[in-house]
Amino acid sequence: MRNAFADEITALAAADPRIVLLSGDIGNRLFDRFKAQFPDRFYNVGVAEANMIGIAAGLALGGMKPVTYTIASFAVYRCYEQIRVDLCYHNLPVVMVGTGSGLAYAANGPTHHSCEDLAVLRALPNMTVACPGDAWELRGLLRDAFQQSGPVYLRIGKKGEPQVYPSLPEVRLGTASVLRTGRDVALLSTGTLLPEALLAADALREHGIAVEVVSLHTVKPLDEALLMRVFRDFPLVVTLEEHGRAGGLGGAIAEWCSDQNPLRARLLRLGTPDQFLHEAGEQEHAREVCGLTGPQIAASIRTRLTSIE
Amino acid sequence: MMRRWVLEMSHRAGTPHLGSSLSCIELLAAVYQAWQVRPEQWTDPNRHRVLMSKGHAGTTLYAALRVFGFLNDADIATYAQPGSLLGEHPSPGLPGIEVASGSLGHGLNLGIGLAMAARLQQRPSRVCVLMSDGECNEGTVWEAALFAPQQRLAQLFAIIDYNKWQATGRSNEVTALAPLAEKWTAFGWAVHEIDGHDLGALHAALTPVEGEHRPTMIVAHTVKGKGVSFMEDDNNWHYRVPNADELSRALQEVDAA
Repeated sequence: MRNAFADEITALAAADPRIVLLSGDIGNRLFDRFKAQFPDRFYNVGVAEANMIGIAAGLALGGMKPVTYTIASFAVYRCYEQIRVDLCYHNLPVVMVGTGSGLAYAANGPTHHSCEDLAVLRALPNMTVACPGDAWELRGLLRDAFQQSGPVYLRIGKKGEPQVYPSLPEVRLGTASVLRTGRDVALLSTGTLLPEALLAADALREHGIAVEVVSLHTVKPLDEALLMRVFRDFPLVVTLEEHGRAGGLGGAIAEWCSDQNPLRARLLRLGTPDQFLHEAGEQEHAREVCGLTGPQIAASIRTRLTSIE
Repeated sequence: MMRRWVLEMSHRAGTPHLGSSLSCIELLAAVYQAWQVRPEQWTDPNRHRVLMSKGHAGTTLYAALRVFGFLNDADIATYAQPGSLLGEHPSPGLPGIEVASGSLGHGLNLGIGLAMAARLQQRPSRVCVLMSDGECNEGTVWEAALFAPQQRLAQLFAIIDYNKWQATGRSNEVTALAPLAEKWTAFGWAVHEIDGHDLGALHAALTPVEGEHRPTMIVAHTVKGKGVSFMEDDNNWHYRVPNADELSRALQEVDAA
């Protein structure tokens, strides 16, 4: 996904001279092509994330369109107050890209995990929060992010994620993408678990369960029209995210549900547990520990369906 | 006149930080004078930008904006009243207020970004950030201190209101702030260490130097509560609000000066 970002931001910068790329001393060689083409529009601001956000805000106040790039955990937690005051209070068009989000850096330990970033960022006024499901969706959402008048957080993966879309889709921030229609369960996935959602749907089909798979990439603002429809038409709605169950996509939808009149569907929220994952192991292992692989997701859904029948 | 307005605003609204507001009167006045910052240029992208990073001295910013024509007496009268845009700490929304402040350690970083934007767009804009000495406790100040010289940002000026006090103690005792000018010199800034109540010295320090490629730091030695004898260098006036009698005595002193 990060290579797609580097490629797409280079193309966008060619079309818009206001785009400036700031990196927090990561992405070695990743931006070589950007740097070669736009040497005065790439800045490595060093290992100083708070300074990076402040500088991005200043650039935006001065008429530029900055994008910041660093590992999601540092991009968010280290400089939350700068995001809140400099970006959100001033409502500035800055795109924050958090790379290696969720458990993508599982092997690097909890300092590098970001399973609370959606919760804290969606609480901020003016902030748009989105998690592309694959590299193509990232490209589409990145393009749309530069059309926004306020700050946008794009929570992306690392590298080598399976592709879901065959080509660049028509995607817009705030509008969910329905990938597969179904009848029995609506599975709303945000971020890089999207391929696992499709695997789970495949597994459930074997049991005669038709799953509607939705890439609900934008966690804020929620696609309320989509939510209205799935909570009306399905007996079970499942949220899926590589993020804690507190405050992320599932949390946001649980809040939304409690503001509605009684809804038909039950809600099952799948995410990471309320604990730090300190044992070694790559993302695949961490997902397994959290019950977030395709077969585990399918099993959780079957169990829940049984309990509501 | 600025000191009078600052005193009156604090008394009328019952708001603190008077000592901090009185120490930076000349600092702000000098920037608006020296750089000819005027409301007619407010929407001009080529304008010079004044960033009030020590937002707790918001009354000094409002007084400066009144003197230089951004605000009028009616605006000043609304200070800290319900519904007013002139809050205790400045918010964006009125001409002359470039950025929100109130949380310390934001202005210099924003200033770097604004100076970089001006350079990228080949605009003549300069940026001046007014900071407090207590603000230098914040780590972001030193992240900015490291980065601005690397960028050779000659468009960037900053002033530290070095009044030697922060909220609850001497700023040179709360942290090892001194020697302050030497620190900025060591970080690669063009440093002027001056009397912060000397308008002539401030004008000189705010004048761009041909060929200079470093950002400029003005370490301005000031007196907290400056201009009112019973407030000067008395840190109780960080939080105290003058009563009617104190206001009257203070106004006599500043009017006589």
